[in-house]
Amino acid sequence: MFSFTQPTKRTLRHSVIAAIAAVALTACGGSSSSNSSDTSATTTQDGAVDLRGQTITVYSGRNETLMAPLFAQFTKDTGITVDIRYGDSGEMAALILTEGDKSPADLYFSQDAGALGAVEDAGLLATLPDDITTLVEPQYRSTNNQWIATSGRARVVVYNTELVATPPASLDELLDPQWKGKIGYAPSNASWQSFVTALRVTRGEDAARTWLEGFAANQPVAFEKNGVVRDAVNAGEVSLGLINHYYLYELISKVGQDNVVAKNHYFKDGEAGSLVNIAGVGILTSSSKSAAAQALVRYLLSTAGQSYFTLRTFEYPMTPGVIPFYELPTLEELNPPAIDLADLRSLETTQAMLSEVGLLTK
Amino acid sequence: MTRLLRAPVALAAPALLAVIVALVPLVYLLDTSLQRGLQSVVSEIFLSQTATLVARSLALTVVVTLACAIVGTINAWFVVRSSVPLRALWLMLLSMPLAIPSYLSAFAWITWIPSFNGFFGAALVLTLASYPYVMLPVAAMLRNADPQLEDVARSLGVGVFGALMRVTLRQIAPAIWAGSLLVALYVVSDFGAVAVMRIETFTWVIYGAYRAGFDPTRAATLSLVLIAIALLLVVVERRVRGRTAQRVGAGTARVSIQRSPLSVALPALLVVVGSVGFGVGVPVVSSITWMRNGSAINWSEVWSTIGASFGVGALTGGATVLLALPVGILIARFKGRLTDFTEGAVYVTHSLPGIVVALSVVYFGISFARPLYQQIPLLVFGQMIIFLPLVVGSVRTSIEQSRTVYEDVSRSLGTSRMNTIFRITIPLAMPGIAAGGALAVLGAVKELPTTLILRPTGLDTLATSIWKYSSVSDFGAIGPYAVALMLLAALPTAILSTVTVLKVVR
Repeated sequence: MFSFTQPTKRTLRHSVIAAIAAVALTACGGSSSSNSSDTSATTTQDGAVDLRGQTITVYSGRNETLMAPLFAQFTKDTGITVDIRYGDSGEMAALILTEGDKSPADLYFSQDAGALGAVEDAGLLATLPDDITTLVEPQYRSTNNQWIATSGRARVVVYNTELVATPPASLDELLDPQWKGKIGYAPSNASWQSFVTALRVTRGEDAARTWLEGFAANQPVAFEKNGVVRDAVNAGEVSLGLINHYYLYELISKVGQDNVVAKNHYFKDGEAGSLVNIAGVGILTSSSKSAAAQALVRYLLSTAGQSYFTLRTFEYPMTPGVIPFYELPTLEELNPPAIDLADLRSLETTQAMLSEVGLLTK
Repeated sequence: MTRLLRAPVALAAPALLAVIVALVPLVYLLDTSLQRGLQSVVSEIFLSQTATLVARSLALTVVVTLACAIVGTINAWFVVRSSVPLRALWLMLLSMPLAIPSYLSAFAWITWIPSFNGFFGAALVLTLASYPYVMLPVAAMLRNADPQLEDVARSLGVGVFGALMRVTLRQIAPAIWAGSLLVALYVVSDFGAVAVMRIETFTWVIYGAYRAGFDPTRAATLSLVLIAIALLLVVVERRVRGRTAQRVGAGTARVSIQRSPLSVALPALLVVVGSVGFGVGVPVVSSITWMRNGSAINWSEVWSTIGASFGVGALTGGATVLLALPVGILIARFKGRLTDFTEGAVYVTHSLPGIVVALSVVYFGISFARPLYQQIPLLVFGQMIIFLPLVVGSVRTSIEQSRTVYEDVSRSLGTSRMNTIFRITIPLAMPGIAAGGALAVLGAVKELPTTLILRPTGLDTLATSIWKYSSVSDFGAIGPYAVALMLLAALPTAILSTVTVLKVVR
């Protein structure tokens, strides 16, 4: 992941960050286990010893290639074994809803706040203890404290600097005829659909539909995945792309900064185009091992866990202790829309609207 | 030949078990959809968009089924009735789309030609993926058909093409219908190809209700519409199929077949080359390209997923054959209302998308089979439900084609009915049983949605590995798994095609 082909100034800075993180990772192994013994001490004499050797089951909507190393490190540090089932975030939510209170899962790890909101609505998530919830700002956890964000991803307009001098300043400028046929997007991608859901939530159904109709009239170019949109922008096939912020850095770390002419543009205007969606976790009410599951949540929110997301995926850390990747604006600067992220669960309505305006299916 | 004999209990009891297994998804659907009362089921089904979706799904089904019937029949005719050299090799090549999952071939097309999505792309991919379901039974029947009927027609002054259309086509019609039913049910249930091609069919909406609406009740209600479509297809097929003809009268059919020279077969050759080139060539070349562009391959991981896929496939194949055998015999030899019901029950479930079957197994498994939950037995159970109709159909056809006179002789010599079934019927049906087993193995190796939900935690098959790397757009990593899957599936495909058509197993 961090093998850079061109030894530039940036890659040097990357290596410095990586080195700091490596130190943080080893340091935090210790800190997180002392952390868990602290909280368990309130319930039993030596709870930390009890948790060693326990096995918890995680339903993960996040991909194995990304998550496996972090879970392995957690097991090494805490002695808690993790059985991980990987799947699609939404499909895992449907699975948990079908299993109901008999679910073998202790913890649900979702790529999207909406799916967490749906499982919470069904009364299947337990309230998280205060020492966990206070780690994260209120807008990045559920109002009932039953799920909590572990990392954030910002919506951006990625643009080709050789083709575009001034990127559009707002969502509505994307509808300007000068961008006709020059915007790339990934219609079946969950992040794009979450953005449209946020648009519905902030502007209302009618205004959202009007925007989408204007967008469709501008003949955006559909691609299979966000990564393909980014590549198309970098290659100049399209001028702009609507994706998440981290895809650009994936490309830079793969081919080197000198081979990338694409750049991220952030609206920072409190609108749906500045949405920060999250990946997050919730502990199931049916879990009989909530202490061990809580230890995992603490680990994900520890400096070790947060640094992992920051460095491995360039996502936003959710706790104040870890700083975002240096090129990113801070979460406050992003000025995301003030919505309840759980409202993103009305995804099916979004898909229906996208189909109706001809942006999802043919 | 109608038999009003009542089936022996030793046959009826296991067949009943198969019906119960096949009805698991239906019971789940009814139970789940009624959670908000009958009124909400009715209003959900009669939403205005339902009609549009049903129309689009039916349009896709009709187009693909028709295309498969034509392409499958032409390919079958080419292999059996033209003078092409290396007949068995052509047959295997033409059967190879069975070894390629529809999502993989859709993915190959869309990465090759990104603008290829939509109705046409989905129809093309699904046709190329499923014409062998028509081709194989038709080729088998063409080989077995008595060519003297054609000779009679020719001697009465009918041209080559006329004899083909007026005599041969009628002889092989039951095989075309039976294959077309499987194609139609498959198209109704498919999600992989329509998802990649982004065409909003009924399965798209069912998946949406589960994964985006987080609403299993709505998803179950919508799935009932698929059951209704499947019932319609099964009834229509039964009406038009009629009874399989058996050769009557003295003597045996002439074995040697007159083959058309290649010059006559030239138009058919175009279809054949197109089928192989687009149906096999595109996904194979894409996968190999991905593999060569990818970074280092973790071979031990590839080998262990091959082992897992093979193991699950073999277990599913074996279990499905055991369950399907009594049903196939019952349907072929003991016609009646009850056997009609049995056949219908087994087939209808084939129209359901994998996620529905998987969640029905979850629904019952979590309560009644907890120790087996997320273990191999329930995974095999789920796949068995999906592939049961393929094996039943294969066994049934094979038994219907074997002459009842052997069984009559056995019975007249004092052998009991069950003994006769074991000593005469089953051995005669061996090619069909082997072919059915191969179909189930193939299906299980390619299957993705059910495997993802029901597999033991940590078990990776080739299909789930392809899913894993495709969701992070790591084409290089997909390559070796895609190639391994197609190679692994090529063996049962080769067995299937030769057994079905050339009947090397006797």
